[in-house]
Amino acid sequence: MARRPYVRTMDGWWKRDAFFMRYMAREATAIFVVIYAFVLLAGVVQLARGEAAFAAWVAALHSPASIAMHVVLLAAFIYHTYTWFEIMPKTMPPIVVAGRKLSPGVITGAGLAASAVLSIALLLVVRALAS
Amino acid sequence: MKRSNQPVFWLLFGAGGMFSALVGGMLVFITGIAMPLGIGLPTDALTYDNLLVFHRHWLGKAFTFAVTSLFLWHGAHRIFHSLHDFGVPARGASAIACYGIALAGTVAAAVALLAIGF
Amino acid sequence: MPEPRTITIEVLRYQPAEGNKPYVQSWPVAFTDDMSVLQGLQHIKDYADGSLTFRWSCRMAICGSCGMMIDGKPQLACRSFLREFYPGPLRVEALAHFPIERDLVVDAEDFMTKLARIKPYIVPREERSLAEGEYRQTPAELERYEQFSHCINCMLCYAACPQYGLDPSFLGPGVTALLHRYNSDSRDGAKNERMQLVHAEDGVWACTAVGYCSEVCPKQVDPANAVNQNKTASAVDWFARFLPGHK
Repeated sequence: MARRPYVRTMDGWWKRDAFFMRYMAREATAIFVVIYAFVLLAGVVQLARGEAAFAAWVAALHSPASIAMHVVLLAAFIYHTYTWFEIMPKTMPPIVVAGRKLSPGVITGAGLAASAVLSIALLLVVRALAS
Repeated sequence: MKRSNQPVFWLLFGAGGMFSALVGGMLVFITGIAMPLGIGLPTDALTYDNLLVFHRHWLGKAFTFAVTSLFLWHGAHRIFHSLHDFGVPARGASAIACYGIALAGTVAAAVALLAIGF
Repeated sequence: MPEPRTITIEVLRYQPAEGNKPYVQSWPVAFTDDMSVLQGLQHIKDYADGSLTFRWSCRMAICGSCGMMIDGKPQLACRSFLREFYPGPLRVEALAHFPIERDLVVDAEDFMTKLARIKPYIVPREERSLAEGEYRQTPAELERYEQFSHCINCMLCYAACPQYGLDPSFLGPGVTALLHRYNSDSRDGAKNERMQLVHAEDGVWACTAVGYCSEVCPKQVDPANAVNQNKTASAVDWFARFLPGHK
């Protein structure tokens, strides 16, 4: 009998398993990172264009639509932060401390802790500069 | 066997991803929620004069350049590969569009930051 | 003695005669709690339909023959138990991302070709005579590659990898884990040759760190780690190749 291998479709592959759905959600955070980058870029450009232009940018940030958008952006950035440090151990060679390999959980925890510490530091610096 | 040039974009993706994971959320909170609503910061925290002083210093320029540019390179690389996940071939027009936008944003940020002066 | 329970096993079947498409056929299977999915399939083949075709051998998760999609997840049939899927029905299909030859048998040619390409054997770092005796390795040297040597070539990671499914030119998780096993072995000297496969567009750079490969690996090889460690190595090498003294 002749061989006739059957090739199955990859359509909708990411809907087939919760693992893939989470992967797609993780990748989707990139869209929000880009949106925020453009918000900041707009700010820098307006800053270069002068006081009135910059004031317009700040005024836009005060709008309810902007605040709502930033709440969504914040949620996306938090999910990005968590999934970033969740996958980070996979990219690293074994790290031996005191004769034992560091577990992935420790590496993820260290990353999340660093994020928390640096974020608070940033807030404190901005508060100091703004006063 | 032809060597891939993805390493360059992957390193930029990694740097942007790390930066955004460490301080991105707080930046979003500060600029888009805390400042406008006056939570933990005065509503006029981002004044023209304050930010001009900040961006006239090379450290301020470096910080903002890093945030805008690296966030764009991070997003570009991830979106480029995600398009492939949806069936768009990971080459050609897709690469030019994704990385091209990141490049354009990087150039715009550099030009604006230099225009602000020292 | 508890009543044996019954579960319906639905199999995606396929016979390669002209004009045929895959179709689902179901059988009720009475089972006890110690019966694997493989034993369920064997029961169908022995008592209900002798034409049901599937690969198997050791029955104890070491030969890597019985990989298939069990309720949508890549698993070894000998290592999944019918009781886990009760009340069912339990859906069984051929390993994803490979062409189906017949019923639950896939065409594994692509994997076999890739395996041969990475030189899956020790290429001695130095010439060594019998008189010099055996290679010696410290526990630390063994630890560097041991985990990756546990791969049983079951191809579950390929069924898990959407990048391989979307584009089978990708070297893939299992083969890269084995490549890494040999590169990390202190006895081996063929790292530079193997890295040429890593540096390619369909080497490690087709991977997007989904990570499902490591989830499904029955031997905890962690192929995602092998692939992504090599991304860092490949990226460093992309720049280091311009330095004098680089081979």
